[in-house]
Amino acid sequence: MNWRHWLNRLFIFGVCSLALIALVPLFSVLFYVISHGASSLTPGFFTSLPAPVGEIGGGIGHAILGSVVLISMCSLISIPLGLGMGILLSEYSQKPVSRVLGVVVELLSSIPSIVVGLFAYALVVRPFRGFSAHAGAIALSMIMIPLVARTTEEMLKLVPRSVREAGLALGLPKARVILNIVFMGSMRSLTVGVILAVARIAGETAPLLFTAFASQHWFQGLSEPLASIPVQIYTYAVSPYEDWHAKAWGGALILILMVLGLNLLIRVFLPRRKDG
Amino acid sequence: MKDIPVEKNLVDLYFRRTLYGFAVLAFLLLGGMFAFLIDLGLPAFREVGPANLLSLEWNPPLKSFGILPFIYGTLVSSLLALLFSTPVSIAAALFLTEIAPRRIGALFGFLVEMLAAIPSVVYGLWGLFVVIPWLRTSVEPFLRDRFGFIPLFSGPIYGVGMLAAGLILAIMITPTMTAICKEVFHAVPRSLKEGVLALGSTRAEMLWIGVVSSSRSGILGGMILGLSRALGETMAVTMVIGNTAEISMSLFAPHQTMASAVASEVAEATGVHLSALGVVGLVLLLISGFLFLFLRLALKNGGHSK
Repeated sequence: MNWRHWLNRLFIFGVCSLALIALVPLFSVLFYVISHGASSLTPGFFTSLPAPVGEIGGGIGHAILGSVVLISMCSLISIPLGLGMGILLSEYSQKPVSRVLGVVVELLSSIPSIVVGLFAYALVVRPFRGFSAHAGAIALSMIMIPLVARTTEEMLKLVPRSVREAGLALGLPKARVILNIVFMGSMRSLTVGVILAVARIAGETAPLLFTAFASQHWFQGLSEPLASIPVQIYTYAVSPYEDWHAKAWGGALILILMVLGLNLLIRVFLPRRKDG
Repeated sequence: MKDIPVEKNLVDLYFRRTLYGFAVLAFLLLGGMFAFLIDLGLPAFREVGPANLLSLEWNPPLKSFGILPFIYGTLVSSLLALLFSTPVSIAAALFLTEIAPRRIGALFGFLVEMLAAIPSVVYGLWGLFVVIPWLRTSVEPFLRDRFGFIPLFSGPIYGVGMLAAGLILAIMITPTMTAICKEVFHAVPRSLKEGVLALGSTRAEMLWIGVVSSSRSGILGGMILGLSRALGETMAVTMVIGNTAEISMSLFAPHQTMASAVASEVAEATGVHLSALGVVGLVLLLISGFLFLFLRLALKNGGHSK
């Protein structure tokens, strides 16, 4: 064994240990979120409002409801728009509009979420003089639309050209070929894409800080501030109270279970991708 | 893939027009983003002027709105993240593509992807209660005792600060950079690796010369993508960087980034203060737009077809 072989071993060992270091944060985050958060997860945590500081009990029911409302609103806006843009990107890819849209969608998805939040602030909060669920949903949509559009494009491009030609040969108009054959045939993978996008925006905090803002009450209407799980975690985490810290960990556990759960679920159902 | 060329009837036409409508909406959103941010930031330019905005002092009550501390915080924390993340990402990608058996590689890749699925605010929470106490009680005192003569490792220790932000950012951009490195390493032709081995190199030399060195431009692309992620990352940074608009050499000192300034101040800001934060947002938008264009052009010239 000369020095080159020792160097070889050292290098391989170094690469393996550096690679393992990359996973340390994952396990550490999971460990702490589970061990600190589990004790908070009582039934009351899901169903009640926050208790005043110093009182035992209370929960983040309002934030869970708020997140559900925000995600539903955002999905209502983003799914149709994203799917439509995805169809345009994939089925009309030679048209100039589609090419420009491709660049715009990519650019939109590369814009930091905090800037998107600032845009929603200038667009909705400032003119209407108040934080609102609308503003939050719009900010989240700006993040979700490009996500849905890009996965839709990718998924539809996997459909072989022969399938489209077969539809046309049967005398179907192009719109029907796209909607009834290409689109409906990709339903499964499109659903996966949409669920991943939902999992992604469920944890978004920054764009909500000054759009939907926060609230200590149940849902009070779409023009009022609305609490959400991520913002609630942030508020509790930076507070000086031990009890609130525990609640932040509890909220984080709910969020992690939801996000990782959706991701795992999709792994199981995802049609095999063609990576080599 | 070529499009289907036929359009047979009015339904097709209206279908296409509807989709065009969606596209126009996307253009409007992008245009609106610039327009509204400029509109938000303009009063600051008019009332306090560019000289104030480009100063080193951010102190809203005293009407000084220098955004340079934020730009410094963003740049240094992002570069620190790149410094930590690049070796780890390259190693992770090498492990994934060249060293690990297929199954273990796939599992490892999945776990790294899960790292990207954890929401930013959860990283912030973990950073605040796990990483920061660790930095404050063991890492930073150790660095100061050994290397305190370097300005980077001197000064009082708070726990929150630049080092914490860089570390958390590094964790958050590692999945992105690993994914890019993995693709680049996959693209290295087998013949090149075999050629290097045939010349009598060891496996390590093959990996270093054949795989890593020949992928330099791709790795650089991954680093720029990681940089653009790090620049805009908000929540985790806001929670660990200490939120102090300051420029200090010390990595232990609290700072503020552009994103964290906007996140922590907009909700309470009014008037010129709000407008100055609009300028911060606009600068962030321009930087990320610039990096996006750079990456796109670089990819086009780099001959990557996908």
